[in-house]
Amino acid sequence: MKKKVLTVDDSRTIRNMLLVTLNNAGFETIQAEDGVEGLEVLEGCNPDVIVTDINMPRLDGFGFIEGVRRNEKYRAVPILVLTTESDAEKKNRARQAGATGWIVKPFDPAKLIDAIERVTA
Amino acid sequence: MSDVMKSMSQGNKELIAFRIGDQEFSVNIMSVREIRGWTQAMPMPHAPPYVIGMINLRGAVLPIVDLSLRLGMKKAEPTDRHVIIVAQFKNRIVGLLVEAVSDILTITDDNIQPVPEISSDLERQYARGILAIDKRMICMIELDALFPEQESEAA
Amino acid sequence: MDMNEIKEIFFQECEEQLAELESGLLKLNDGDRDPETVNAVFRAVHSIKGGAGAFGLDDLVAFAHVFETTLDCVRSNKLEPGPDVLKVMLKSADVLADLVTASRDGGGVDEARSRGLVKELEALANGETLAPAAHVEAPKAAAAPAAPMPAPTDESGFQPIPFSFDDEPETSTFEVTFKPRRELYSKGNEAALLLRDLSRLGEMSIHCDIDSLPDLDKMDPEASYFGWTIFVTTEKSEDDIRAVFEFAEWDCDLEVKPVGAAETSEELPMVPVPFDLSALDDEPAVETSAVEETVAAAVSAAQTASDVSKVAAAAARVEKKEAAAPAAAAQNNAAQNNAAAAAAAAGQTIRVDLDRVDRLINLVGELVINQAMLSQSVIENDATGTSAVNMGLEELQQLTREIQDSVMAIRAQPVKPVFQRMSRIVREVADMVGKQIRLVTEGENTEVDKTVIDKIAEPLTHMIRNAVDHGIESPEKREAAGKDPEGTIKLSAKHRSGRILIELQDDGGGINRERVKQKAIDNDLISPDANLSDEEIDNLIFAPGFSTADQISDISGRGVGMDVVKRSIQALGGRISISSRPGLGSTFTMSLPLTLAVLDGMVVTVAGQTLVVPLTAIVETLQPEASAIHSFGATQRLISIRNSFCPLVDVGRILNFRATQANPVEGVALLVESEGGGQRALMVDAIQGQRQVVIKSLEANYTHVPGIAAATILGDGRVALILDVDAVVAASRGQSLRAEMSLAATG
Repeated sequence: MKKKVLTVDDSRTIRNMLLVTLNNAGFETIQAEDGVEGLEVLEGCNPDVIVTDINMPRLDGFGFIEGVRRNEKYRAVPILVLTTESDAEKKNRARQAGATGWIVKPFDPAKLIDAIERVTA
Repeated sequence: MSDVMKSMSQGNKELIAFRIGDQEFSVNIMSVREIRGWTQAMPMPHAPPYVIGMINLRGAVLPIVDLSLRLGMKKAEPTDRHVIIVAQFKNRIVGLLVEAVSDILTITDDNIQPVPEISSDLERQYARGILAIDKRMICMIELDALFPEQESEAA
Repeated sequence: MDMNEIKEIFFQECEEQLAELESGLLKLNDGDRDPETVNAVFRAVHSIKGGAGAFGLDDLVAFAHVFETTLDCVRSNKLEPGPDVLKVMLKSADVLADLVTASRDGGGVDEARSRGLVKELEALANGETLAPAAHVEAPKAAAAPAAPMPAPTDESGFQPIPFSFDDEPETSTFEVTFKPRRELYSKGNEAALLLRDLSRLGEMSIHCDIDSLPDLDKMDPEASYFGWTIFVTTEKSEDDIRAVFEFAEWDCDLEVKPVGAAETSEELPMVPVPFDLSALDDEPAVETSAVEETVAAAVSAAQTASDVSKVAAAAARVEKKEAAAPAAAAQNNAAQNNAAAAAAAAGQTIRVDLDRVDRLINLVGELVINQAMLSQSVIENDATGTSAVNMGLEELQQLTREIQDSVMAIRAQPVKPVFQRMSRIVREVADMVGKQIRLVTEGENTEVDKTVIDKIAEPLTHMIRNAVDHGIESPEKREAAGKDPEGTIKLSAKHRSGRILIELQDDGGGINRERVKQKAIDNDLISPDANLSDEEIDNLIFAPGFSTADQISDISGRGVGMDVVKRSIQALGGRISISSRPGLGSTFTMSLPLTLAVLDGMVVTVAGQTLVVPLTAIVETLQPEASAIHSFGATQRLISIRNSFCPLVDVGRILNFRATQANPVEGVALLVESEGGGQRALMVDAIQGQRQVVIKSLEANYTHVPGIAAATILGDGRVALILDVDAVVAASRGQSLRAEMSLAATG
């Protein structure tokens, strides 16, 4: 069984990079363009792990994470946050919202996969 | 010449042979898109004499070349029996007016003889070799050499 | 998909983000203080930075970073986006755009300019953040857990213990005590996975501490009761061990201590940590052989812990639902409603490769031709025009037209991006010449075919530069004239009778007719005693070789005059005119076709051949009478039209379709407007009719032909040539069409 990753990012560039990286590493990838779409997609896709950006229109990463954690079905799904630099304040807010871990952009494909492996069985 | 011969390298080649007057010529089948009957062409102002005009090929506008005139022979008098070989080379498509398509040949490099030294400059420019098949003599034509890069607009 | 394709996507996205950035900044400039506008601006720069980082575009990242930092100050209300701040930001947006272009196409940027802006941006960010900096500190204190180690948030606070691994890798043993808190599990972390990762660092012995596990009936299903003490013998450093717990360190008590036995390097002697083995209940020694089982046991214990919490979570659901759920649900609903509204506002769009659209347009073009061919042959065979076939054909014609219009609409684009580019040009040029100018745009959502959009940018740029440089006066002059020192340029677009009308209006001084006239006389464009109307004088600025600037300035474009603008507009099948009021300003009006794929033409016969003359070029058609034709010199002939004389041009002769001039009385004259205001009468043999034709490139398979703009295909499937009226008129002036055009060099 392939592991399923839900990625949420408003940048088409980053979405494509995530898609290529994850597909090459043998993951099944589902993508959403912002937090609102992420929550919509979440219901149907039952991901093993979620990778989300913070700065997004409509619903940002913090709101999205909180939304996932409020959902009984998905509150234990690992969520990795993409942050641009190791911004302690943002990391903290993401953690308070319920993020599991983070990946610093520009992400290195190996590190992304490594982080996903770390939080999934 | 030897360089050209080398570049044609190993293996079989397919050629389309056609007639102009009492001579036979051939071009690589890879450059031929289709063969169609003669239709009236729209003459172009300021065109060289061998450009008969433009025709419509399923929405694309392409020039028709009187190959006979281009090869230094007499001007063609197109009839319904004439055919147009639609050939693509580089990024252009050109229609070549010839009298008839005579054959499709499969040859190897061994069949190709060099062009004799007596040839004039014009023949040297386009002829890439001579084939002797069933007592016929067929001249292989290089389209790229016949229609070099589009002339710059600042003529 | 490979990296190059993603990079292509990145640059496309940059274009969109840059447009978003600029329109956001302009909104802020107009006093908009909607937080979402600020957010959108911030996100645009942030996205560019993120993508640029992925491709190692360091210059772009560096500049975007500084820009983003300053924007963040605006976002967090630490910096008020006043006019001065926005001026810097708009300039920064321009530099960012330059950097994107440089990254894509290679080449450099104005480094002095970008360095200067970096300084200005930093000054803005620093200048305002120094005083209220206290805000920023707040979250730190709140988040720091009561861990025995220095606050983990302060990442720079870690002092890595430097081991020297110069020779053979040395192993050392660490004691790790790890006690997860309940938050660890609620954030999706798993103790089992952390232990698994830890076991990968080296040999490990593990002790599970279950002392705090309460009786089952007192157990809180969501709480964490287990703790572990682990001894790891590894080549890795303490930092590597801590890195395993990177995601979890806030939510657990973690202690990592080197165990005394480790070898230490000479230059950094380590203080042995006293370690009392007896303090542990269980066998603490590292038993290599038993490690595997120990880990397995520990992992399964951890698994149990999380299983317990999962089972319990189900039980907890019942209670929770009653209390917390309604609130959460309400919030959820609100979020979803917002989302639906936002989605509806955004509209449904898909991204399609332009090649596919172009192919569709080509196919529809052929469909139109085919349909016309079919109609023609039916009409030839059935003159009555009453059959069912005929009725069907009419419907087909209707449908084909509709399909064509719809397909064209796919490629239609708003003029907005072009207009946005103009606002940058206004800023830059105004800065350069020291004027204050604001650009007002109107109708920027007016749509026009992409082919047209691509081609109007250049003439429009030129006109905008001209308006800033020559149209608007200096602030001093304006004030002296009782005007607002800030000039206004208005750029508007609208549809009118199947064409797009673009107006460029300035509130400057208007055309200085005295000076224009003098200049025209000096340049031999008109005779000194010519009696010209105001309108005629104004239009002199379009005459070839006319330039009103006393010095050719760098701004209005390297000595290129308005004649070039007019020619390029005409090449698009458009027209341009000017109206000016002294002291109040000038208005340029351009009218352009909505597409360059089709053209309304007059189909004419010349020397037995069919030609198409663009309708836009034709002022009127007339049947010349013998009495109106006058010979002039050896070969020229003039036709008198309402008391003025207009040169006759035989199209058949100019195109070399015939050797001698045709008799004008037997043909039709098409009066066309030519550059410089004069008119010409083009002689053709007969007019066949008017129709819309699909434009086909001649260059694709042949070459550019002087006097011919393009080709088209008529209803009978034959090729017809579209006349390049300007070139024909120019040729008639003696600038002959190049005589010899060839498909190939003659051998």
